[in-house]
Parts: sequence; structure tokens; C-alpha cells
Amino acid sequence: MVLFVYFQCYRLFFMQIKVNGEMHEFAASLSVAALAEQLRLNPGQVAVERNLEIVPRSQYAQVMLNEGDTIEIVRFIGGG
Amino acid sequence: MSDPFILAGKTYRSRLLVGTGRYKDFAQTKAVVEASGAEIVTVALRRMDLSKKGEGSLQDALNPQKYTYLPNSAGCHTAAEAVRTLRLARELGRWDLVKLEVIQQNNKLLPDIQQTLEAAKLLVKDGFKVMVYTTDDAIAAKKLEDIGCVAIMPLASPIGSGLGIQNPDAIAKIVQQSRVPVLVDAGIGTASDACIAMELGCSAVLLNSALADAKEPMLMAQAMKHAVIAGRTAFLAGRMPMCEAASASSPNLGKITA
Repeated sequence: MVLFVYFQCYRLFFMQIKVNGEMHEFAASLSVAALAEQLRLNPGQVAVERNLEIVPRSQYAQVMLNEGDTIEIVRFIGGG
Repeated sequence: MSDPFILAGKTYRSRLLVGTGRYKDFAQTKAVVEASGAEIVTVALRRMDLSKKGEGSLQDALNPQKYTYLPNSAGCHTAAEAVRTLRLARELGRWDLVKLEVIQQNNKLLPDIQQTLEAAKLLVKDGFKVMVYTTDDAIAAKKLEDIGCVAIMPLASPIGSGLGIQNPDAIAKIVQQSRVPVLVDAGIGTASDACIAMELGCSAVLLNSALADAKEPMLMAQAMKHAVIAGRTAFLAGRMPMCEAASASSPNLGKITA
């Protein structure tokens, strides 16, 4: 019971998200824009996919991340 | 004479497209691209390395306002992977001109035509302007054109092989049947290869390793620039007929005699 309450409280404040194939822990209630800021990304130079759906750049501030989300953050690199 | 290269409704001066991979750093990438005179550069899409924050970006080295970025689907083995990759590229760059390549699972980097056809259909339907990497098979090229691809890009030889144009007749046949630009993509090793591609009537040439893996990439970039111009000009000039018998250029009349 104590553990359960602890877990529920924990979930109020933190969530696990998979970013580029690796699990990361973030504070709960995080938008894509806030995630980009925490990761010190230049929003103009990345594209973001959330659970296989592209998040348009114009919606970074509105789209909230949830526990268990799978996020891909990509950029352009040299290629042929 | 004015001979613009028109691709997907846009006009370019340079008929040399270059890749941006395999260079030692962004400074070299920038210097080589500038030396080549290319206006269109291919780029790849990959995961952000979150452990390396604050390192320079390709866009900082090559201004996307100055160069037309051509995102590729390199490394994709299925139509679904390629479409997913290029949709992300479109969101990132805000342009719909892309280089579609779907390669076989066997590490030989040859196109998987079945998957390429499927991906091309999906992308064209979704509003993309698709330049498509393909084999030098005329039937596959025709099908890709009929789907609505804006450029057909047969390989000269395998990617990164530098073996040059292995089947010039096949390339020439694709050029003859196509109403959209045909570009040789992959396999160019040196300037004469690029020149031959243009003499065969290709609209442009796309290469990467030939520059990046040259001993002096900057010099090779200049050589390729001139080779493409020379080949294109020779194509427009029309070569003389080939004939087995010798034929003197100087007249016999008026020769001095004993």
C-alpha cells in the first residue's frame, strides 16, 4: 500500500519517455517545446516524431508528452 | 548559349549535384561544395546525438537559403521506412523535393525496385517531388516516370564503387525514352565518367564519394564542374559520326613535290 501510494506520487511528478531509442526520465507535464529546450535543441534544425506521428513545428508548445511515449528527434547530416 | 537545367519547375545553372557525406568536417564540406559550383546538395536524415550538444550543424555550414537541400532516404530498406524518413525531412526542411532510394537488404546498396515503386507511389500521392535512385533498367525507369517522379536517377555502378558507367547503352536508352530529367547517380569515379554521362544526354550528374574520397577533394570538385560543362556542351554540339576508315583533315591539293 505504501509502495503503491509512493508510486502514484512518483508518477505525478516524473515520467519515462524513450527518446531516440533510449529511456529518459523527465518531469511530468512536459511539452515538446519544453523537451527541446531541456535538450538544448535548435527547434528550426530538428524534426520530431511522437509515437510514429510527426509533430508539426507550429504545435511544439501545445503537444504534451505522456508516460511511455516514443520520441524520435532527427536532424540533417552529410549524406549522398 | 542559354541552357538552363529545369528540375521540378525550378531553373538551375549547374548540372552537377553533390552529396555532403564522407567529408572530414563541415569546413571541408563547405569548401568542396563551393568549388563544385553545385546548387543542389543531397543530405541525410539521422537521429540527433543527444550526448553531443552544441556541435555545429550542416545548415550552419551550407545555408539552406543558398543551396537546394535534397534530403535522401539512404539506408532505408522498405517503402514504409523511406516514406517515414522523407516525411520527417519535409517537416524539417519545409521543402518537398526529395531523393528516394530504397536499397536491398544485402549490403550491396543496389535499389530494391519493388519497394522503390511502392514508395514512389505513396510519396507522389502525398505531394512530394520525387527524384528517384534506380537501376539502369529502362522498364523500371518508365514505371517510375509514369508514377510521376520528377527525375529518374539510374546508377552508373554501385554506390561508392567509383567504377564509372558500366552500361552506357542502358543509360542512353533511359535518356531517350524519358520526358523528365535523367541524372546519373552513384558510381562516378572521376571527371571522364561525369563527362560521359553528360555526353550520353543526361541532364545532370549526382556524385559524392568521387569528391570526398579523392586525394584532393577541392581539386576533384573543380575537375567535375568542368567535366559536366564539357560533356553537356559536347552533347549539344553533337559528336561527329564514328567511321572505321581514316580520313585526312588536311587536303592533298597543293602539296609540295620533288
